Amino acid sequence: MSAAFTVLGGGVCGLAVAAELAARGAAVGLVDPAGAPGPHACSWWAGGMLAPDCEGVSAEPGVVRHGRRAADWWEARGAEVIRNGTLVVALGRDRSELTTFSRRAENARRIGRDEIAALEPDLGERFAEALLMEAEAHLDPRATLAGLRARLAGQGVAFRTEEPADGPAEGQVIDCRGLAARDSLADLRGVKGEMVVLRCPEITLSRPVRLLHPRFPLYIVPRGDGVYMLGATQIESGERRRATLRSVMELLNAAYALHPAFAEAEILEIGVDARPAFPDNLPRLRRQGGRLFANGLFRHGFLLAPALAVMAADLVLEGRIPEDFHEDHSER
Amino acid sequence: MPNFYGTEIASRLMLGTAQYPSPAILAEAFRRSGAGIATVSVRREAGGERAGEAFWALVQELGVALLPNTAGCHSVREAVTTAQMARELFDTRWIKLEVIGHADTLQPDPFGLVEAARILVGEGFEVFPYCTEDLVLCERLVEAGCRVLMPWGAPIGTGLGLNNIYGLRSLRAHFPELPLVIDAGLGLPSQAAQAIEMGYDAVLLNTAVARAGDPAMMAEGFARAVEAGALAHAADPMEPRDMAAPSTPVLGKAFL
Repeated sequence: MSAAFTVLGGGVCGLAVAAELAARGAAVGLVDPAGAPGPHACSWWAGGMLAPDCEGVSAEPGVVRHGRRAADWWEARGAEVIRNGTLVVALGRDRSELTTFSRRAENARRIGRDEIAALEPDLGERFAEALLMEAEAHLDPRATLAGLRARLAGQGVAFRTEEPADGPAEGQVIDCRGLAARDSLADLRGVKGEMVVLRCPEITLSRPVRLLHPRFPLYIVPRGDGVYMLGATQIESGERRRATLRSVMELLNAAYALHPAFAEAEILEIGVDARPAFPDNLPRLRRQGGRLFANGLFRHGFLLAPALAVMAADLVLEGRIPEDFHEDHSER
Repeated sequence: MPNFYGTEIASRLMLGTAQYPSPAILAEAFRRSGAGIATVSVRREAGGERAGEAFWALVQELGVALLPNTAGCHSVREAVTTAQMARELFDTRWIKLEVIGHADTLQPDPFGLVEAARILVGEGFEVFPYCTEDLVLCERLVEAGCRVLMPWGAPIGTGLGLNNIYGLRSLRAHFPELPLVIDAGLGLPSQAAQAIEMGYDAVLLNTAVARAGDPAMMAEGFARAVEAGALAHAADPMEPRDMAAPSTPVLGKAFL
C-alpha cells in the first residue's frame, strides 16, 4: 500500500501522530532507523506523568489546557492510564515551597496527615501536609509506546527502518524525529535529563509523588511491583549519553529524604537523554523544506503529544490551522 | 553607571540566567528590565563536548555583556579549571568567581576564594569574586588583584535581603572607589533599592526573578527599584533625625 503520509521518528511524538492519522483513515508509514521504541528515544526515559496542573506552575497556560486531554486520549488508544492524582510534598524547612506551589497551581487541594496516610500509608508518618492534584494521572511510558506500536501495526501502519531507496519517502512527510531534527531546525535545543529506576518492595506508593525543593526537585513515579522511576534533572545541555555522579546523587538523596526506606532500594537503571525544546519550551508544528515538523515536546512528551498529533492531523487532513503550537502557515 | 574593569555598563541590574521557565521568558525578563549583564554558568552545562552551546547561543543573543561564573565549584582547582573553560567558551577575561565553602548555605569559602583569585588574576582574568561582607576578606581580595567585589546580601536563593547593613555600609565606606555589587540573597525590589541607595554600584540576582510567578514583570520591578535607588543616592538623601521637623512653619505659635 502506498502511504499518503510518512512519519519520521517512532518515539512518542511520531507514534501519536501516526495513530491520529490512522484513526482518521489515512494510509500511514512510519520510519525509524532504530526500529521499535527503545533507549534511543527520549520518551523511553520519560516519567509518564499526565500532570497538567503540576506542570502549569512553571509552564505556559497552553500546556495545562492541552495537557488535560492527554489521559483520555491515551486511554482511548489502549494505554493503561492510572488516575490516582499526584501528591505534592515538601520537607519541613522547605514548607514555603508548598505554599508557593499551591498558590500557583490550579486544582491543588491541601490535605493533612490523616488523608495523606489514607492515600499513601507509607508517607503518612513523614508529612503533615501535602497537596493533592486529583485530576492527574500517570502511565508506564515503555509499555505505552510498545502497546501503541503494536496497535498501529495491527491497523496497517507500515513500520520501516529506512526510507525507500528510490527517492524520498512516499506521500507527505511529517518529521517527528525529536532532537535528531536539529539538522533542520536551528532553534531546537536539547535539555538534558537524568533519571534512575529503583526497585524498593518495602515502599508502596500508588501515585506519582513530587518532592518540592529549591535546588533538587524530585518526582517519583510508581511503575508497579515495587519499581519506581526517579526523575529528573533539567540541565541546559544537549548531551545525551552521560549521567553524572552529582545528578544521580541528587536524585538518590531526594528519594532518601522522601522516605529512608529507599536506602535499601536496588538501582535497576540510570538513564539519560536530552529533551527536544524550542526557546519557549512549547511544542510546534512547522512547515519547512517540504515537510511538516512536529517537535519540541520538551518535558511534556506524553502530556502534549496527543494534542500535537490532533493538531497535525487537523492540519494535514482538513487544512485546519490549529490555534496553538502552530507557528507559520507558509513555506520557508 | 557602574564601570567594571574599564567597561561601562548601562544598567545597575545584573541577572542570572538559571531556573527560568524557558529561554524565551529569560529573554523577556532581560528585555523588560534592561539589565546590563547576564551571568552564565558553565560547570554543569559544559558536558563532554560543549553540549551547552545551544543555550549559550540564546544567552549571547540577549545582546548584553556576559559574565561567566564558576557556580557549583567547591574547590580552588575546580573553580580555576572552570574559569579557564569559561574564558575559552565565551572569549572573555571576566569571571565571576564562586568557591563554595558550605554545601547547605552555599556560603563562600573565603580562604579558597582568595587563593583562586590570586591564581586567576595571575593568569590575566578580571575577577568578580562572590564573597561575604567581611572587610578583611575583601581587603585580601583587593590585594589579590580584584577590582570589583560582590558581597552577598544573604545566602544564595534565600530572598532575605541585606542581612548585615552595618557590614555592607562599612564596606562601602572602606572602598569608596571600588565597584561593589550585591550578589545573592535579594528577594524583593525594595531590597535592591536599599542596596543602591547605600551607594552600591549594582545588584545581581537570579532566583528572585526566575522563580517569580511572572519573571519578566518581576525583572521590570527590580529595574525600576534600582533606578529609584540610584536617584535617591544621587539626590543626597536627608539624614534621619529623632525629632519631628515640620515641613510647613507653624505660624502664630511661640518658637520653642
